[in-house]
Amino acid sequence: MADALTVDIVAPDRIVWSGTASRVIAPSIEGEIGMLANHEPILSILKAGTVKVTSESGREEFAVTGGFVSFDHNTITIVADAVVTDED
Amino acid sequence: MGGQQRVYRQRIRSTQSLKKIFRAMELIAASRIGKARDRVTAAAPYSHAITRAISAVATHSKVDHPLTSERTDSDRVAVLVITADRGMAGAYSANVLREAERMSERLKGRGKTVVPFALGRRGVGYFKFRKRELAGEWTGESDSPTFDTAKEVANALYTAFTAPVEDGGVSELRIVYTHFSSMVSQEPRVIRLLPLEVVEGVAESGEDVEPLYEFEPGAEEVLDALLPRYIESRIHACMLQAAASELANRQRAMNTAVSNAEDIIRQYTRLANSARQAEITQEISEIVSGADALAAS
Repeated sequence: MADALTVDIVAPDRIVWSGTASRVIAPSIEGEIGMLANHEPILSILKAGTVKVTSESGREEFAVTGGFVSFDHNTITIVADAVVTDED
Repeated sequence: MGGQQRVYRQRIRSTQSLKKIFRAMELIAASRIGKARDRVTAAAPYSHAITRAISAVATHSKVDHPLTSERTDSDRVAVLVITADRGMAGAYSANVLREAERMSERLKGRGKTVVPFALGRRGVGYFKFRKRELAGEWTGESDSPTFDTAKEVANALYTAFTAPVEDGGVSELRIVYTHFSSMVSQEPRVIRLLPLEVVEGVAESGEDVEPLYEFEPGAEEVLDALLPRYIESRIHACMLQAAASELANRQRAMNTAVSNAEDIIRQYTRLANSARQAEITQEISEIVSGADALAAS
């Protein structure tokens, strides 16, 4: 039952990251929410904070300024207003 | 006769330098268009995600949000017209403006008042010249729009939509822009932004039953946060489409201009040659008749 999550992190002008992950933690407006496979469908507003993605290749972190996250059928879409990555 | 030749040569020279300018502009447009198209594609996932989320909220909750319901207290309609900043793009801006005028006439026929917003210098100039007041104008980046501008525009339109009637509140938002279907075909389009038609997006996600979402903090708050973003992303998408269309139109217009310049150069070269020939013929006949006259005397 080790389902992988399909993750897409999108900003207004590009896809920031997309791939599979085992766990995603997002800064919801009501506190951090961690999502594993088969989480119940959720649509939540994000506040400024860090989105942490644990994938096979390691951990990825993205600083977002706000946005929202939707989860359904093991697909996570994080829609960020703006994303700051490590490279920037 | 020598004067005639000089005039033709001058015209040829000036047309040649114009041709170089046209060619350069064609190449610039051609090199930018790829980037503009990439930006259209890059922005698609974002607006797709937002549209999906909105339709999810709308189908799974009974929220009656002011942005989704028709306003009956105002008969004003805000129209955002997206044109180019510069000319040199054939009928690009003219087509958009014509479409906007046609729609305005229709709206006036239904007893509505049109409140124009213009994006792009050509549109601003068009309305200013006709002494029509603009509710908002943005210029300077029609061929490479940024999300910040889209935000600004969205903000202005959103404010107009939520404002009370006395402060010029509008009941509808429409956008006139040029849709980029392919390199050879772009047509002006009108879309209604607000009030929202929430049906779109639901049908196309033809997967199994739409999941029952949990909303955090609540459906209404989620919708409140989503709708401004939705408007921003729609406006941004329209601006990007318009930018790609503008560049495609400019490339085509400049291509035509180059071949017209070549035609003119060919024509004038022919005229200059025949003028030169006529001059030589005349000189010969002058010499011959001069020699004849001397021989006869």
